[in-house]
Amino acid sequence: MSKFKKKTSASQEIPTSALPDIIFMLLFFFMVTTVLRETEIKVEQKIPKATQLKKIERKSLVSYLYIGKPKQTEKFGGEAKIQANDVFIEPRDVLLWVSKEKDKLSEAERDKITIALKIDSEAKMGIVTDVQQKLRKANARKLMYNTLKLTNKDKSNSLL
Amino acid sequence: MARSKGRATAEVNAGSMADIAFLLLIFFLVTTTIASDKGLTLTLPPEPDDAEQIDVKIKDRNLFKVAINSADRLLVEGERLDDYTKIKEMLIEHVLNPNNSDDLAESPQDAIVSFKTDRGTSYEIYINVLDQLQGAYYQIYADRAGITADEYRSLDLKNPKEKALYEKGKGDIPMAISIAEPTNIGG
Repeated sequence: MSKFKKKTSASQEIPTSALPDIIFMLLFFFMVTTVLRETEIKVEQKIPKATQLKKIERKSLVSYLYIGKPKQTEKFGGEAKIQANDVFIEPRDVLLWVSKEKDKLSEAERDKITIALKIDSEAKMGIVTDVQQKLRKANARKLMYNTLKLTNKDKSNSLL
Repeated sequence: MARSKGRATAEVNAGSMADIAFLLLIFFLVTTTIASDKGLTLTLPPEPDDAEQIDVKIKDRNLFKVAINSADRLLVEGERLDDYTKIKEMLIEHVLNPNNSDDLAESPQDAIVSFKTDRGTSYEIYINVLDQLQGAYYQIYADRAGITADEYRSLDLKNPKEKALYEKGKGDIPMAISIAEPTNIGG
């Protein structure tokens, strides 16, 4: 009888040693699928949705421009602004910005630069075309309008 | 034998390990963004100086005209259109011209989309319409390649097999979407 009793007196703790492993797995998943935030985005970004999405082929050739209403409206006003890296720029500064971005790339790849435009859906086309004209001038003609995937759920919502 | 019985199990207390891992996890959740590098691609036309030298006359029937005013109202081929989702089918018909109609494109190679916006047009409607225009072309390409439009768009050009399929679909039909200079009426 005593033999059996000994067995039941085993420790009643639940082994939690696998918990860190699970968390680490989650951690690695997030580390792999996400990117570090390089710039603090100072403009509103409600990205529009579209269906005909394409992926960027080479990420190293991409530079980002953000356009939208500034988040701090009391400081920067309510008009849509262009943000490049960490600062607001005017359309006329785009040429200089493009040449700086091109300098970061190697000689052979300079003309393959892609400008990814992250534009708030409430922005007006006026500022967008201003930027486009400048990009044309700067010979950075490959554009990518960043959009989100339009799902069927969105479609049914918009019809209502 | 007696000694081993009395010895406590040699376990390292790993309870706080989970906390540390959680801390790291939360740090990464906060500081990172999920990369969303997807969108509509577009190549701008070259500088006007170069374009002026090649002064090409485009026949009116080849042009597919889309215009949006500052109140986000659409004008497609000279007529008002309320539902922009219809543009896709209109453009496919315009490009392919299955019934050899006189006012649609002479051949798919000649078809050109002229997309005009106003300075006051909202970006959202611009993207929605551009989406429809590109969708029409991808649909044409995909039909020629015998796959769905989704598959066509995700073809990997580095893979020779998929590249061949891409070429088969695209063939000699260019995606001629011309973003015209914006007007400034009522903007």
